[in-house]
Amino acid sequence: MESIHTLKSQDHSSGRLLKDKLVLGGVIVLSLITISPIILIIGKLVVEGYRQISLDFLIKNTPDTFEAMTAVANGELIPGGIANGIVGTLLMVVLASVLAIPIGVLTGIYLYENQGSLMANLTRNISDILQGVPSIVLGLISYLWVVKHITMGFSALAGSVSLSIMMLPMIVRSTEETLKMIPESLKEAALALGVPYHKVILRVLIPTGFSGLLTGILLGISRILGETAPLMLTALGSSMINLDMTKPTSAIPLLIWEFYNDPNMIGLIWSSSLLLMAMILILNLVSKQIAAKRR
Amino acid sequence: MTTNTIAEVKNPILSLKDLSIAYDKNYAVKNVSVEIKKNTVTAIMGPSGCGKSTLLRALNRMHELYENITTEGEALLNGKNIYEMPAIKLRRHMGMVFQRPNPFPTMSIYDNVIAGYKLNGIRTKKQERDEIVERSLRDVALWDEVKDSLFKKGTFLSGGQQQRLCIARALAFSPEVILMDEPTSALDPIATSKIEDLLVKLKEHYTIVLVTHNMSQAARISDYSLFMYLGELVEYGKTKNMFTNPIDPRTEEYLTGKFG
Repeated sequence: MESIHTLKSQDHSSGRLLKDKLVLGGVIVLSLITISPIILIIGKLVVEGYRQISLDFLIKNTPDTFEAMTAVANGELIPGGIANGIVGTLLMVVLASVLAIPIGVLTGIYLYENQGSLMANLTRNISDILQGVPSIVLGLISYLWVVKHITMGFSALAGSVSLSIMMLPMIVRSTEETLKMIPESLKEAALALGVPYHKVILRVLIPTGFSGLLTGILLGISRILGETAPLMLTALGSSMINLDMTKPTSAIPLLIWEFYNDPNMIGLIWSSSLLLMAMILILNLVSKQIAAKRR
Repeated sequence: MTTNTIAEVKNPILSLKDLSIAYDKNYAVKNVSVEIKKNTVTAIMGPSGCGKSTLLRALNRMHELYENITTEGEALLNGKNIYEMPAIKLRRHMGMVFQRPNPFPTMSIYDNVIAGYKLNGIRTKKQERDEIVERSLRDVALWDEVKDSLFKKGTFLSGGQQQRLCIARALAFSPEVILMDEPTSALDPIATSKIEDLLVKLKEHYTIVLVTHNMSQAARISDYSLFMYLGELVEYGKTKNMFTNPIDPRTEEYLTGKFG
């Protein structure tokens, strides 16, 4: 009996070992498939784009198509850079953050403080729906609101408004989730010291959850950094560096679209994409780092 | 029902008159009337769910955070109804220490002690602040352990040290009453005995109301004891008398370990 029993259980366990190995192998293969697109993308961008990356690329405006054509015909690198796009992207992203962060954080605090209330649930759901609105629609709305009525023409402000609406739900959600993770005991500790409620939020809860808020904000920024569609309808583009919020402005993703449409500029597509990708990657890594430190 | 209470306390610092507290109309504390003597340690004992923490938290109006809790009756601090003064002011006179140490994680040890002043925006001179911090930390016998690391985060301390830091934070305001909600239940025996010694010393200057699950702790350090059962105050008296000669049969059963 004893020996049969052990024999049987051995058979059983070897079958299980095989299954285990198969599953493990499957998981590895699938993981590789998952990460291969990002590796292929970055690889392609680096291989095609690195030659154009130089100081000029960062500090000079886009060349006109004739300059580019001449350079390409002579087998040279395309002169100039995308400084107008870099500056425009920074301008619009900063402005969008200035618009979205205070509103988003305050709304997140409101949702946290009023868990279960009708108004809070409604706000939370609407904010979630907002997250699903296609970006081109946000561009259209901003076109109607800002381009048609406020700046009377394509402008950085209009671009920022559409980007800030995109960012808003992410910040609202991350603020609420971060505050929810802070133990109730901390709130009570501050209240027990006779601290008024608004100061408990501003001086205890927000600093305690600061890294969480920052992570949400950075992810929100990295999300809007590459947005193109809404900017086509609002910021339009510009071949010069523009710091006037009421004037048309360029952005890196807009330039990529322009380069794509101009056969002479093809060489700049890859380097611009590489730069954009690097910016987003760095923001993502930084926010991951902050989130990891928090744990 | 009448409770078995001791002879009247002269000039009580805290007196509760028919205090009842309900969660959505379920009474957790029913008609409690008690007078608490100044500069004593008063222990609130009773089995789980008897309403002892609820009672304690009502005393600095912590339950106002939750909408479904209602309070009836009066609680007087030095003769003034605590439910008629601003909660913020009341809480500065009634410090509270919680079950689990909860130092502010973003603040240094120094800032944790002075947090009551800082968060309330009370301006103090640096010298004054230094004095408050040193006095409070000395009061909780933590000064010698942390004086070289005042600017490190409070969360790096051990559990017992953190709890003493939280007591120091409550002391910094020089409150009249300190409410403690099972302050040692999350600590090991050594840390517990340190805090118990501390409480006995602190009663020289403060009045301490302590909720405890631990009967021997109540016997060791309290001067007066309240025994609560199912939201009612069953017995209140000198701890010595209660432990040696309980009046109510329920008290006796609890103290002898028949339930609880």
